[in-house]
Amino acid sequence: MIKAILGKKLGMSQIFREGEVIPVTVIETGPCVVVQKKTQDKDGYSAIQIGFDSVNPSRVNQCLRGHFQKHNVVPKRYLREIRVDDSQKFSSGAKIKVDIFKPGELVKVTGVSKGKGFTGVVKRWGFKGGPASHGAGGWRRRPGSIGASSDPSRVFKGKKMPGRMGNKRVTVLNLRVAEVNAQENLLLVRGAVPGSMGGLLYVESEEG
Amino acid sequence: MQEKIKKIEEKDKKKEIPDFRSGDTVAVHLIINEGERQRIQVFEGIVLKRRGGGTRETFMVRKLSFGIGVERVFPLHSPLIKEIKVIKTGKVRRAYLSYLRKSH
Repeated sequence: MIKAILGKKLGMSQIFREGEVIPVTVIETGPCVVVQKKTQDKDGYSAIQIGFDSVNPSRVNQCLRGHFQKHNVVPKRYLREIRVDDSQKFSSGAKIKVDIFKPGELVKVTGVSKGKGFTGVVKRWGFKGGPASHGAGGWRRRPGSIGASSDPSRVFKGKKMPGRMGNKRVTVLNLRVAEVNAQENLLLVRGAVPGSMGGLLYVESEEG
Repeated sequence: MQEKIKKIEEKDKKKEIPDFRSGDTVAVHLIINEGERQRIQVFEGIVLKRRGGGTRETFMVRKLSFGIGVERVFPLHSPLIKEIKVIKTGKVRRAYLSYLRKSH
């Protein structure tokens, strides 16, 4: 069985464990459904495609509707592929639920971080900026020099400059599972997780 | 969506919490673990404020210990709080009694 699942970030809260307050992120996970199996012979690699979050069939375009129909699965909002060694072990329509995780286990969570828009160099790269006082004016949050003069006559690639920040795929490693609620399909993970509320998350076990 | 989080928080919430607000004098009975032993410590003072909601609600208690003001913030639903006793109800017109800190 794979130890990975798709979910939706619901928000953060806290729980008490032996008198200690633990900050947790509540993730609504699955149940996910195995839709398609990709095989070495047919597709050149072995993977399973899983779907999450059922939608009204009339909301799905025809090509996708046919795809779901072919594998006899209710249309899902999200489809993601997971590489597995042998996809033949899975059957399409099989459910993946939260109970693949146990409390205390380590997981990694992937999501799309919140977009911050066009940000300056202080927020984006942690530059110090200028002094706030001592007669200094007009040089509060600027990047400073971006390189030398006529040699090399250009700005080096990868120079940290202002630009769009966030809205990127981010993975947070080694988050501890605080609680698994199989009835409500909820996963409580210790700590924060990328993205805004309602964002799609991919939770995978750290083992193997 | 928020409803589901509320449901989880409901589980951690305490059943009986006396009705108290800022200005009241309360005695907080704390469970203190010392290795194997467990004992109760009482922290008695005036409630300066309550803040937050759900399981995250906290309250701040101020007392005078040998002439020095001591303030502690407790999570209202902490399992380490065995009991909260209301000793006196105060009569205040503020939600946050920061003015109590000022010496006259």
